[in-house]
Amino acid sequence: MNQKQNFLKGIFKENPLFVTVLGMCPSLAITTSLENAIGMGIAVFFVLVLSNLIISLITVNPKMKELVKPVRIPVYIVVIATLVTIVEMVLHAYLVDLYNSLGVFIPLIVVNCIILGRAEAFASDNKPLDSVVDGVGMALGYTLALMIISFFRELLGSGLITIWGAKSANPIQLNLIPVFEFIGIEPINMFIKPVGAFLTLGFILAVLAAIANKKATKMASEVKQA
Amino acid sequence: MSVSALISLAFTAMIIENVILTQFLGICPFIGVSKKRSSAVGMGVAVVAVILLAGIITWTLYHYVLSPLKMEYMQTIVFILVIAALVQMVELIIKKMSPTLYKALGIYLPLITTNCAVLGVALLNIRKDFGFAEMIVYSLFIPLGFLLVITIFSMLREKIEMSPVPKAFKGTPIALVVAAILAMIFSRFGGLI
Repeated sequence: MNQKQNFLKGIFKENPLFVTVLGMCPSLAITTSLENAIGMGIAVFFVLVLSNLIISLITVNPKMKELVKPVRIPVYIVVIATLVTIVEMVLHAYLVDLYNSLGVFIPLIVVNCIILGRAEAFASDNKPLDSVVDGVGMALGYTLALMIISFFRELLGSGLITIWGAKSANPIQLNLIPVFEFIGIEPINMFIKPVGAFLTLGFILAVLAAIANKKATKMASEVKQA
Repeated sequence: MSVSALISLAFTAMIIENVILTQFLGICPFIGVSKKRSSAVGMGVAVVAVILLAGIITWTLYHYVLSPLKMEYMQTIVFILVIAALVQMVELIIKKMSPTLYKALGIYLPLITTNCAVLGVALLNIRKDFGFAEMIVYSLFIPLGFLLVITIFSMLREKIEMSPVPKAFKGTPIALVVAAILAMIFSRFGGLI
């Protein structure tokens, strides 16, 4: 597999959220605004890329790999927890608003199945460079998925699209409420609430499944014709 | 803290701030292990035991070890190691004490380490500045809420398995839509207190 495929598989073919359905808890909880999704994406990016790098460096030596094997899960968890603690401290120091709105979900990146999953399934069997590329692809795929969910939730729920700094003096924000008023509808508050999280993810997964089904039947009919 | 305040905390923890439907902790087992009622109840009971134990141990560690040593920043690392070790220990104890219980719960126990509800409750106990009594109530009623919702949900899913669902919605998507309706119902309990 070349580097490009290795990178792209995290975004499309093996998207951690939409295809393998890992890391659901934060994807439902923090997708109330696009800003939160981007913030969470950056945090996961940092942790995933570095944990993949460190774990593949640990296991790249065959002797070391044998040694670590019986206790590998605790080793991975300590590596991941250390990285998460660093992220938590940095966010608390420099981006307090983001830190407050993500809340308990920053330390909970430790138990996000994506990170442990990539460590076990990819980083422990591959070279450091491949693992970093894999981590970048997976993290971007996850961020993209979070952004899609939060885009729909924020747009339908509040009529706004916030990219950065919702609580600051001049946020980078797109206000679509006038458009809503022009059409004569109101934002549906429910989409910001937990209900909207489940509903949005459910419908996105259904749309993706419908596309996959269509592809499968098309391929099947082509095989028949041939 | 008065008894009535504790009762109100218990009700809030179990129903109003339900761990799955409003706090979004422990979604993976909620979707993954809810296809059959028996396995859903098994998972729920195991989660109650582990969260209560983990809550007590992590709270005690935080207040009597980490806090006096000014090492609060180590909480994430310490808590996750405690939980991982605790789950292994509970597994060994159950295996030795009651093989029948082990058979029923055994396969769910390793999954609980990565259930974010366990670490989540341990961290929330600290973030919300709970005293000992509040911590016990919170760590007991949060997982009881998990047990309640996962049981209801598994019964609904057993019915859905036999219903004519559109092809694209089969599996996880319809489960999420059902969860959305459940969340809508549970959000109405908020007016009670």
